[in-house]
Amino acid sequence: MSPVFYLLAAITVGGGLAAVLLRNLIHCALAAAVSFAGLALLFLSLDAQFAGFVQFLVYVGAVGILIVFAILLTRNADEQEGGLFSRTWLMGLAIAAAVFAVLGWAVLRSGSVLPNQLASPVASVHDIGVALVGRYVLPLEIVALLLTAATIGAVIVAMHEKEGEQ
Amino acid sequence: MAQETDQIFVLLTGWILSYLPEWLRPYGLAVLGVVGVLAVYVTLFALTTWFERKGLARMQNRYGPNRVGPFGLFQPIADGVKALVKEDVVPFRADQVLHFLAPLILLIAVCMELGVVPVGRNMVLVDMDAGLLFFFAMGASTELSVFMAGWSSRNKYSLLGAMRAIAQMISYEIPLLLSAVAAVMIAGTLSLPKIVEAQSGFTDMLPHWYVFTPWGFAGALIFGIAASAETNRCPFDLPEGESELVAGYFTEYSGFKFAIFFIAEYIGMFSISSISVTLFFGGWGAPLSFLSFIPSWIWFFAKVMTMIFVFIWVRGTLPRLRQDQLMNFAWKFMLPLSLVNLGVTALWRFMNDDWQRWAACTAILVVSYVVLGLTGMRSQHVAPRKYRYAE
Repeated sequence: MSPVFYLLAAITVGGGLAAVLLRNLIHCALAAAVSFAGLALLFLSLDAQFAGFVQFLVYVGAVGILIVFAILLTRNADEQEGGLFSRTWLMGLAIAAAVFAVLGWAVLRSGSVLPNQLASPVASVHDIGVALVGRYVLPLEIVALLLTAATIGAVIVAMHEKEGEQ
Repeated sequence: MAQETDQIFVLLTGWILSYLPEWLRPYGLAVLGVVGVLAVYVTLFALTTWFERKGLARMQNRYGPNRVGPFGLFQPIADGVKALVKEDVVPFRADQVLHFLAPLILLIAVCMELGVVPVGRNMVLVDMDAGLLFFFAMGASTELSVFMAGWSSRNKYSLLGAMRAIAQMISYEIPLLLSAVAAVMIAGTLSLPKIVEAQSGFTDMLPHWYVFTPWGFAGALIFGIAASAETNRCPFDLPEGESELVAGYFTEYSGFKFAIFFIAEYIGMFSISSISVTLFFGGWGAPLSFLSFIPSWIWFFAKVMTMIFVFIWVRGTLPRLRQDQLMNFAWKFMLPLSLVNLGVTALWRFMNDDWQRWAACTAILVVSYVVLGLTGMRSQHVAPRKYRYAE
């Protein structure tokens, strides 16, 4: 494990922790954006160039802004209702530990299940493009349909809000 | 001789690196490259501030700065000194950490964008396979810092300016990306040096630049308009308009932080002009084949400065667009037109190389332009105003 990996892991985990522990909601959203950036850098350190850049473009650029706008338009970021932790924190801890255990078991076991490969496979942008319009064209079109439905739904919700306020 | 002046910076770098031990060479190369790029672009920034003030002034029939040096050439130095010695006023209730970080993150994102641009033959700082994608990823990161600047100032005008700026940047990112994708489709690669090489042939002295094709011309225009919207330049500078919003999202910034925003905006303008030159105007290639003896980096910077001059020209000529006009323009005109441009590019790619290809592509683009202009940009029927009172 190289020092670069430890640094990036610290950034990602630190950002995630800050996103749940900070008091100001906007700070939490920006800490989540830092965590996304850390993930993108981890992808880049594994030579997955396309995944890293798209993570930046989509998560930091679009999803981060979306979360921030959602916070701004729906609640006052300074308000604190009750404490920082919810009342059912023990249950949350148990569920999070269970999910972590399952994921950790799957990841640690996968090393022995995959065939031994001498070199890491290089998936260039060209290969990803060819796969997307060749073998995986049906999932691509279904995802496009899903996004269109989401966009139309968002427009309808916004329109009804404007007319419902009369 | 022409070959050597063309590669003079590459040879200079190699000569300097030969004095370093073997293990230090990659780091030395990185440091030299970064220092070179930053030095060139910051000097260009200083020159551009002078150029803009003189250019705007002459277009408005006045002189512009002419006191500080011959023709006012030392004005940028005076501006820099003023920005450095001004008191840094931070509002008491402002979010101190975010207020400090916002200009830094903007400058970092914008300087990272400069790393992938091929400035000349064999002269690119980082040769990535997906260079164009990296550029747009960094461009998306600038929006977050604009929001941070507007929010952390705890000022109504800043927040309004930041919201408008983000809405504008997000809306115009789609035509920007789609028109860039047209050039990528024809070149077949996302790597910027390879896109420049794909445009480097000549037919009877005329270059193979993409701007000389119908889809390239439309694409370059769409990219240029979207670029001036992305960098908040006139006529899209509502977020920083002085008569509308005091100064928009950098109202509460004074002294050097304001100068950092200014630098970041201009360097953003440079990097997006560089990308448009790379994608559509042939990068470092010469316009006529017998002019290839002039070094490639001179051609690149000449083209970038011409684009900057066009930006300044447009700023001096056109009035500011209102927010709703701006958004209508993006979603109802530019987006459909860039989709049509993408379709026309695909048609160009698969038709045979003769006059019918030119005629068909030009006809489709002109018809869609006229139709979209007539339907999309119809004046909106504004309903009587409804007032919502605070309870």
